[in-house]
Amino acid sequence: MKLDYKAIGLTVGIETHQQLKTRHKLFCNCHPDLSELEPEIRFLRRLRPTQSEMGQVDPAAFFEFQRGKTIVYEATSDTSCLVEMDEEPPHNLNTEAVDICLTIAVMLRARIVDEIHVMRKVVIDGSNTTGFQRTAIVAREGTLEVGGKSIPIQNICLEEDAARKTGEKGMISHYAIDRLGIPLIEVTTGPVIHTPEEAREVAKEIGDVMRATGKVKRGLGTIRQDLNISITGGAIIEVKGVQRLEDLQKVTRFEARRQHMLLVIRNELRNRKVIEKNLQEEIVDVTKILEHSNCKVIKDALRRGGVVLAVKIPSFGEIFGLELGPGIRFGTEVSDYARFWGGVGGIFHTDELPAYGISRNEKTDLMNSTGCKERDLLVFVADERERCEEALKAVVERCKQAIDGVPPETRASTTEGTTRYMRPRPGAERMYPETDVPPITIKRERLEKIGQDIPQMPRDLIRKLTVVYGLNKKLADQLSDSPFLDLFETIINETSLPPALVVVTLTETLKSLRRDGIPVDTLDEKEIYNLFLLVDSGRTIKEAIPDLLTWISNNRGRPAEEAVRELGLERLGDKQLKEIANRILDENPRISQEPLRRSRKILLGLLMKEVRGRAEAEEAIEVVNRLLSS
Amino acid sequence: MQKDLTGYRGKALDLLISSNVEVGSLIEVVDEETRYEGVLMPRYELADDEHIVVKLQNGYNIGIKIGPQTTIQQIGSGKKPKYQKPSIPKSRPNLPRVAIVSTGGTIASRVDYRTGAVRPALTAGDLYAVVPELSDVAEVKAEILFSILSENMIPKYWSKLARKIAQIVKTGADGIVVTHGTDTLGYTAAAMSFALQNLPVPVVLVGAQRSSDRPSSDAATNLLAAVKMATGPIAEVVVAMHKGLGDETILIHRGTKVRKCHTSRRDAFKSINVPPLAQVREGEVEILVKEYQQRDKTRKLSLKEKFEPQVALIKTYPGIDPRIIEFYKEKKFKGIVFEGTGLGHLPEECFPPIKDAISKGVVVGMTSQCIAGRVRMTVYETGMDLLSMGVIPLGDMLPETATVKMMWVLGQTKTPEEAGKLLLENLVGEIAKRSVAEEEAFDEAGL
Repeated sequence: MKLDYKAIGLTVGIETHQQLKTRHKLFCNCHPDLSELEPEIRFLRRLRPTQSEMGQVDPAAFFEFQRGKTIVYEATSDTSCLVEMDEEPPHNLNTEAVDICLTIAVMLRARIVDEIHVMRKVVIDGSNTTGFQRTAIVAREGTLEVGGKSIPIQNICLEEDAARKTGEKGMISHYAIDRLGIPLIEVTTGPVIHTPEEAREVAKEIGDVMRATGKVKRGLGTIRQDLNISITGGAIIEVKGVQRLEDLQKVTRFEARRQHMLLVIRNELRNRKVIEKNLQEEIVDVTKILEHSNCKVIKDALRRGGVVLAVKIPSFGEIFGLELGPGIRFGTEVSDYARFWGGVGGIFHTDELPAYGISRNEKTDLMNSTGCKERDLLVFVADERERCEEALKAVVERCKQAIDGVPPETRASTTEGTTRYMRPRPGAERMYPETDVPPITIKRERLEKIGQDIPQMPRDLIRKLTVVYGLNKKLADQLSDSPFLDLFETIINETSLPPALVVVTLTETLKSLRRDGIPVDTLDEKEIYNLFLLVDSGRTIKEAIPDLLTWISNNRGRPAEEAVRELGLERLGDKQLKEIANRILDENPRISQEPLRRSRKILLGLLMKEVRGRAEAEEAIEVVNRLLSS
Repeated sequence: MQKDLTGYRGKALDLLISSNVEVGSLIEVVDEETRYEGVLMPRYELADDEHIVVKLQNGYNIGIKIGPQTTIQQIGSGKKPKYQKPSIPKSRPNLPRVAIVSTGGTIASRVDYRTGAVRPALTAGDLYAVVPELSDVAEVKAEILFSILSENMIPKYWSKLARKIAQIVKTGADGIVVTHGTDTLGYTAAAMSFALQNLPVPVVLVGAQRSSDRPSSDAATNLLAAVKMATGPIAEVVVAMHKGLGDETILIHRGTKVRKCHTSRRDAFKSINVPPLAQVREGEVEILVKEYQQRDKTRKLSLKEKFEPQVALIKTYPGIDPRIIEFYKEKKFKGIVFEGTGLGHLPEECFPPIKDAISKGVVVGMTSQCIAGRVRMTVYETGMDLLSMGVIPLGDMLPETATVKMMWVLGQTKTPEEAGKLLLENLVGEIAKRSVAEEEAFDEAGL
């Protein structure tokens, strides 16, 4: 099914979260890196909705608290201190992170605030040990040109990254706190994006701008997008945690279709004249009917002392089976609500019966005993009584919402590019000042200093690289994405080496060495620079570069010059080449007896074998040609 | 009516007054380049007078610099925060009755999201709203005695608090909980231990290391455990605070043996030289010691609430100037507690003024700055010299507890001889007879 996005009024806003590359975390002096060690510290906490939020707090969070939700935090002391454990007040805001945000704000032509105030945004799902995320607006009202269209940037915020969820079992969630406190920049666009392709382009451009600073982290998990997606007649759906650009496009497509299908269902329900009043929470016990059922889920639940409870959903026949997207039916949505609110494994409904070991007769008995007609649906759950009740209440609630179309929700993106129900959308955000951290005044001198060092916008940069240095588009792209842009320009300005050689070394050569397990990430920029000087001055040759880089990577802190010596990769002079060639001829008198072309080929082969990495091929050819002339 | 412009001064204040707006007003701020709309927020008192703070519609605060062209206009009144008073849950029959006395701090508070201010929640209703589980544990009555920061606590307030507790005990309450800021919680616990002897029911002091406006606050779990403990069997003055980094266990420390040993951790409070008395885990009290005063409602409380404030605690250090001691003597202090080095030592330069002070009737006691362990002043000559001058060795008493005891003793008697006798006597568990090599107790102390 192809959707006409314009016709359905698709509107998307993007929030891009990008980890910054700073020396330490946002509010403490820990390394802003994920730990590779086994957790050595574990502690259990509960987060309690604070009083002013009673009734207004994210109802799901409050509900979970009441159900006794607990969180186990895991930490290692290499990447976490008492600040992340909420056992020590935050230190001052990391000024290095502020400067990176200011740089990006200038690039996005945003208005920088005069004074930065850190806020606490209440989040009690456990992802923050404090129960709130620290966040601050750094700039507002910027713009970014994408495909000839001006995209408004609403806010640029600096915030702390959250803890990583590592598991969930029953009422206990596990979080690793190494990620907590890594500085993040959040860039929010206005809701002006109207197709999935455009969403992708805008997100890519924002990512490119941030990467152009060279001061943001790279790799999966260092950038995440949240999307606000709606269509005409629906509600805003917030989709969390899209990591890859391809997924962003897929998710937008899926979500547009899902919302469109929910409106189709709404229309069908209106045709059937279903109104909220028809949907009652009249929960009935049907354990008796199913007590001898062959259904494994039911048998297990009853053995554990559970019950089977059911609720009638009038006029919903065939609705649960309608597909909203690949592998997701309306029934899946309802089932997600039941799981979330009731903590049950899932739901059964009569439209899918007989199945799962429930017989035709049992289905008929269920329908008859609850007064269900042909077009009605009976939904039932097998579990502890209280869970069943909560689950069925949620089922009724979700069905009521179907009459209005799209319920506002926070959804999680999946790796398949779909979205699943996560929790209701929080009401107006609960924010209050982080009084432990003093506000920062942005002085004019600081902005002037930042203004002197603004990187080029990615588009302008690519143009410069292709026009000025004559790089092809592919190399220009690779270089602009690499951390070595400045190094490249220095080398080009100070040597006469061809730009393509330098770019290929800085991108592809390093990449292939890394793939071979050489620790190239420990390389010092200065040693790479020195290596190029050695090539430029003729001390060594370009063919020796991979071997030299390998040696320098493996011998951290030792100079490039030593590598040349150690590996014996000094460039050979013309005289030395000639001597070696003559020696080969002496040792192999038959070479000269061959026809000229063949004898040159054999000599060149033997010579190159001996001087590989110490002489350029062109020079060797010249020597061979001179020695063996007609 | 006076407009609320909390924290503003100078230039900013002038502009706000002339613009006729106040904290909470929905305002528009315009200058040459920008236009902001939001609710005016209070400003930190110590901040400059060049910015005003506005809460934008998205909830974020920002500071806006005032320039010569800046104009401010009220465009509406901000939404008043809606606070619905929670209803008090129906009291269940047969639940023990616990009185909660608040001395300040914010063990129970809520945030005013309009201004960011933290307001104390002080009625029983507020408490139930913050910690609804309380209604399963006890029938709670709450009252505010003081609203002070605990660093501002003085001995006069201890007397007042002791009288209040005695009065509540008389009404037949099954236990009393005192909420208190953590800075001087240990001192107050010691003071109550001396002032309220022969307790028939528990008196539990409790605080929080994370303020209760945060979802991660330890206030609610500590309070719940304190109320549970107040219904329990130990009729002594105790302190209820977190054990370790997690929320699962609350330790119960004897009021005379507890010390705040960390500036910020939840488990800052440690029992020193003794194991903790009990712990509360998953709502259940588990007693960890054999000897304690059993609850007995027929026992008659002995209230001795007088404290002598003219008492000093002096910590010695290399190069300490002996004139410090002379100062206290001249100012007519009645008692001095030293935090000596090691087993209870002071540099010999201090001997003359100490000798002089004692001869003038000042009571002088010795504790150790090692915190853990016992003073023993017969091992080295310095100790012997100090003893011979009349310095009183205070055993394994904590320096803080010893100071409070000195104040209390001098509130009970004016004669140095009798004061000395009382100081050496173990009245309420402040001196342990044995120093047990309990690995765990030592670890607990984080030493």
